[in-house]
Amino acid sequence: METYTLMRHFADSWGLLAMTLFFLGVVAFIFRPGAKNAADQAASIPLKED
Amino acid sequence: MKYTFEMIVLGLGAFLALVGAGFAQDRLFGAHMWVLFFVLLGGTVVLLQRMEFRPAVAGAAPPRSEYFDEVVKYGVIATVFWGVVGFLVGVVVALQLAFPDLNIEPWFNFGRMRPLHTSAVIFAFGGNALIATSFYVVQRTSRARLFGGNLGWFVFWGYQLFIVLAATGYLLGITQSREYAEPEWYVDLWLTIVWVAYLITFLGTILVRKEPHIYVANWFYLAFIVTIAMLHIVNNLAVPVSFLGSKSYSAFSGVQDALTQWWYGHNAVGFFLTAGFLAMMYYFIPKQVNRPIYSYRLSIIHFWALIFMYIWAGPHHLHYTALPDWAQTLGMVFSVMLWMPSWGGMINGLMTLSGAWDKVRTDPIVRMMVMAVAFYGMATFEGPMMSIKTVNSLSHYTDWTIGHVHSGALGWNGLITFGAIYYLVPKLWNRERLYSVRMVNWHFWLATLGIVVYAAVMWVAGIQQGLMWREYDDQGFLVYSFAESVAAMFPYYVLRAVGGGLFLAGALLMAFNVTMTILGRVRDEAPILGAAPAPQAAE
Repeated sequence: METYTLMRHFADSWGLLAMTLFFLGVVAFIFRPGAKNAADQAASIPLKED
Repeated sequence: MKYTFEMIVLGLGAFLALVGAGFAQDRLFGAHMWVLFFVLLGGTVVLLQRMEFRPAVAGAAPPRSEYFDEVVKYGVIATVFWGVVGFLVGVVVALQLAFPDLNIEPWFNFGRMRPLHTSAVIFAFGGNALIATSFYVVQRTSRARLFGGNLGWFVFWGYQLFIVLAATGYLLGITQSREYAEPEWYVDLWLTIVWVAYLITFLGTILVRKEPHIYVANWFYLAFIVTIAMLHIVNNLAVPVSFLGSKSYSAFSGVQDALTQWWYGHNAVGFFLTAGFLAMMYYFIPKQVNRPIYSYRLSIIHFWALIFMYIWAGPHHLHYTALPDWAQTLGMVFSVMLWMPSWGGMINGLMTLSGAWDKVRTDPIVRMMVMAVAFYGMATFEGPMMSIKTVNSLSHYTDWTIGHVHSGALGWNGLITFGAIYYLVPKLWNRERLYSVRMVNWHFWLATLGIVVYAAVMWVAGIQQGLMWREYDDQGFLVYSFAESVAAMFPYYVLRAVGGGLFLAGALLMAFNVTMTILGRVRDEAPILGAAPAPQAAE
């Protein structure tokens, strides 16, 4: 198979799936239990000094 | 101070530039090397003057402050300076389009002045703003001193050298004619070196941070630095004709070359002008209104969604070209999807003011930042709409596109940078407040009015242009010649120069205000109405 065809097939199958899963994983991680508290602490970082 | 190493390197560089000028394969490369020679020689002389020959006394070194802010100060001044230069050249090219007699051959014609304008505002003004604010923000949010010692200075001065070489190259007529990447191969190589040093200082600071969490602004800055490195290298893959010549040929050809250019071009917008400036939004808006960001979790989703989608949007610049149809549709679909993270970010920025909306009335800096985010929202709505093929068939190649770019660049990038500068200057130079807060208000209105005039005029101009180009009579002939559509643009081009002139006037006011603040002067003026500290209601 041509390199172009091979890469295209990979891009719109496993590549797409992997990226979608990673993104959904990020979203799930952000909304995990206890994330709200961690996020509030992170949000206050710039206000800690000067 | 001793600069022995720096001086040797600069002197050697000047010598090599002289050799380059002597053995140049073409006249333009020779001229460019003379420019480089005089710049490096000047740098060497300045260092020589600052040299102290007395032996250093042990313990006499000035105490090392917690943060490396000296380079940030230089960066802020460079941002203001290049901003004024870039906007001025913009007004000049706008006038050149309206009055062609202003094209002064050969150095100052439109073809050479346009890349000078785009590079000056994007890379000189925007780039310096990004480097300066990223150095400031990463130190504060990591609670660590900038990594790499004097590497920060190398990044700053190396970047200025890149700007000078790019700008003088355009005026001389050296270009590889790639949109927003016009500098030739040797200038590209230099920028690559500077950019790697930038990545090392930034990433190094994050790695030695004392704050356990990496604040979201740093994620955006890092995405900007890493992605620009990738884009810059791939887009500029080229083979020089001679190692002592100014001409090179791209590694790609035909439609591959076109797609590479717009993959670069659109992601320069996405990662240089969006991700980097969003980092500014996520730091300076919370600081100026003294409230944490509305939703930190939304900011993380904003980040990942933005970087996952932006990279695919480039093909929308090549609708109805030789690019395969599926790639055009892909670009369009991702551009439309991008609307969501963009507006998520806009809402996040605006809602940070909830409970403090009175500051929009009393603090002109907050007003500026809010207007910037509003323009971000407007431009990121207009962009996806224009990427839809049917809309694009009308808007493509017209001045509508130029209007869209400017509402994003002047409104979003410009205003958020001005806000950051007004925040930074009193902090960096330890002043109680700016020289004049009322001038900030004037700047705000001049800039906003200028942008509104510019964008509105370009909408009318672009849609009229598009309609004229596609107008057929009942026998299938085009109704208007191209020259007729050009002539019809005259009043709009004059009005655009007026809009740009207003924006430039605001920037000049800022330059004056910043200079006076640095000099330690305070203007005797009445406070902004309602800005007197009001009793705070219990939350």
